[in-house]
Amino acid sequence: MERPRIHIGWLYPEYMNLYGDRGNIIVLTQRSRWHGLAPVVTQVRLGETADFAQFDLLMMGGGQDREQSLIADDFMKVKGSSLGDAIEDGLAVLAVCGGYQMLGKYFKTHTGEMIRFTGILDLWTEGGKERMIGNCVVESDLFGGTRTIVGFENHSGRTYLGKGLRPLGRVVKGYGNNGADRTEGVVYKNTVGTYLHGSILPKNPHLADWLIQRALDRRYGGEVKIGKLNDDLEMRAHEAIIARFGR
Amino acid sequence: MNLRSRLAVWMGKGLVTATRVAGRGGTTLPGAVARKVAPDLLRSLAAQPREGVVAVTGTNGKTTTAKMLSSICEAAGLGVAHNRAGANLIAGLTTAFIQAANWTGRIDRAVGLLEIDEATMPQACKEVRPRAVVVTNFFRDQLDRFGELEQTVSLVGRGLEHLAPGGRAVLNADDPNCARLGQQVGGEPLYYGFEVPSVSGGARNGASDARHCVQCGHPYEYSALHYAHLGKYRCPACGHRRPRPKVYVDRVWDVDARGSALRLVTPQGACEVRLQIPGLYNVYNALAAAAGAVALGLPLAAIKQGLEATTSQFGRMELITMGDRQVFMALVKNPAGFDSVIQTVMQAAARKNLVIAINDQYADGTDISWLWDVDFEALAGHQDEINFVICTGQRAEDMAVRLKYAGMDVAKLSIEKDPELAVKQGLRYIQAGDLLYILPTYTAMLQIRGIIARKGHTKKYWEV
Repeated sequence: MERPRIHIGWLYPEYMNLYGDRGNIIVLTQRSRWHGLAPVVTQVRLGETADFAQFDLLMMGGGQDREQSLIADDFMKVKGSSLGDAIEDGLAVLAVCGGYQMLGKYFKTHTGEMIRFTGILDLWTEGGKERMIGNCVVESDLFGGTRTIVGFENHSGRTYLGKGLRPLGRVVKGYGNNGADRTEGVVYKNTVGTYLHGSILPKNPHLADWLIQRALDRRYGGEVKIGKLNDDLEMRAHEAIIARFGR
Repeated sequence: MNLRSRLAVWMGKGLVTATRVAGRGGTTLPGAVARKVAPDLLRSLAAQPREGVVAVTGTNGKTTTAKMLSSICEAAGLGVAHNRAGANLIAGLTTAFIQAANWTGRIDRAVGLLEIDEATMPQACKEVRPRAVVVTNFFRDQLDRFGELEQTVSLVGRGLEHLAPGGRAVLNADDPNCARLGQQVGGEPLYYGFEVPSVSGGARNGASDARHCVQCGHPYEYSALHYAHLGKYRCPACGHRRPRPKVYVDRVWDVDARGSALRLVTPQGACEVRLQIPGLYNVYNALAAAAGAVALGLPLAAIKQGLEATTSQFGRMELITMGDRQVFMALVKNPAGFDSVIQTVMQAAARKNLVIAINDQYADGTDISWLWDVDFEALAGHQDEINFVICTGQRAEDMAVRLKYAGMDVAKLSIEKDPELAVKQGLRYIQAGDLLYILPTYTAMLQIRGIIARKGHTKKYWEV
């Protein structure tokens, strides 16, 4: 039988690949293969038009502030509205750091410069002077029961969620969205935004599989279900972070 | 020198002796304590070398470039005060000068030579007022400390504001981020670079740091690429282009595991140089050192002699014989450097046995996500030549996961958190005549260095 295809998009790989975000693409591709799927990865670059509805899963990484202002224009004019429609339609998205901020309404730097985004999600970001840097442990209810998510954060932006939005989790150790309200990330339909890199997916295989399954559900209407892989090594790396920094 | 400073030198020297007796390197503590006693100490010590102070900074190659430059100075008959143990934060710089001073606080050496951490540049340059600053390159490295590459470049730029009167910035023309610093320094910068056709595949997808114009953000066009993003670039949108170097290499040949040969051109003339250190990036380091020497006005003959006399820096890339076995140790600290080490390892004909030691202390970088930008897929692609990989250090598990996703057979992987035990295991697995490759981050290297030193096989690190 032919392997079910999973079409993975990588937005602005040439600009938004700061803290090993490439690792998330490697993990999504490899796990898809190990699950018996046929992954195809397409890079979506600056200036190219894209119909995001064709993708099953989209990864948006982080960028440096300077690079982010370069692509903001392209995102506003060329890509933002198609991505917004696809997210409403249930596209599975992993947006990390700068990519997460771009899903919101704006990023206001600490010097007062405004970078506007299309406001796909009701969230916004304000730059602070001090960067929030370090290992981070989060508790999330995303997986039917509370599970931990671990990673490394490094951001000056403080992100705030509008009333209707659900955070990805509660901060156990670290700063999270803004260092004040103990929330981390966002979940909307099948879209996950987060400040955690590390890369995030290698040490959180449950999150990787959640994204893959959601992507398959949208594409195949529940007909393709992934099984369980041997994640001993991944969970040892996960537990090592919790033992050193968490709880 | 006032009494307070002299007292600080005495205390510093006493502490250097005391920490050595205690069996530690003693490269930062004496300087830190002495600065408490006399905050102005580094300034007054650095003012003494008659030929001035040269600083070496940048992401990769600082230590090797400084070592080569030191060797050139010696070949020119100049004594050097140098922080050769690589302690490159403000206290380490102070310790180096304390060690070079006599008990009355006098420094008789002609040249002060300081490898300086990028984040320390503004403060250090304010105090030492360098006559020349050699900047090697900018790669993503330890982003947890510097935040972003942009910020690292600007820290180095702030250091360059404190050059001594008539001082010179010595900049890598092939690195756009490095070359652009030339626009903000007073006086004419001295550029160095490669004037050869592309010598490697150059920028790989994902790990390059300056493929977009540093002025307008448009992608560069490269007519030659040498190493990662270093090459001959030009922006088709705004016209920003690589400055033409005054000191350059126009031919490289005989590149192998023992070293390489190059033709060096300077305003004084040209010469052939045979390097005893392998790796194309060491050709860049040699070029940076040669340009630094040109800025100091040293003769070409001394440049050639000094470069040819330089051998590997401790742990940077080093072959150590232990009885009937050999250990090859190479420091790994960022994607571009790790990629080069992987290429060097894979060039060898024999079967490979590896220990990879990843720590996440401050000196290593507390964020290890850079491992995902290293091309371990190249290693996994040749896994039939690999017997085993032992992953060790504080991030042993992360390293093992990275290799698993690179496609390495999990049966070849093992995790031993303690670097000393990992090395012992590795030596036990290999047979007489075999080679064990040890690839550690900085603090892991110091740990491993410890057991090798205790077995009496290599010099203690502050003696190198």
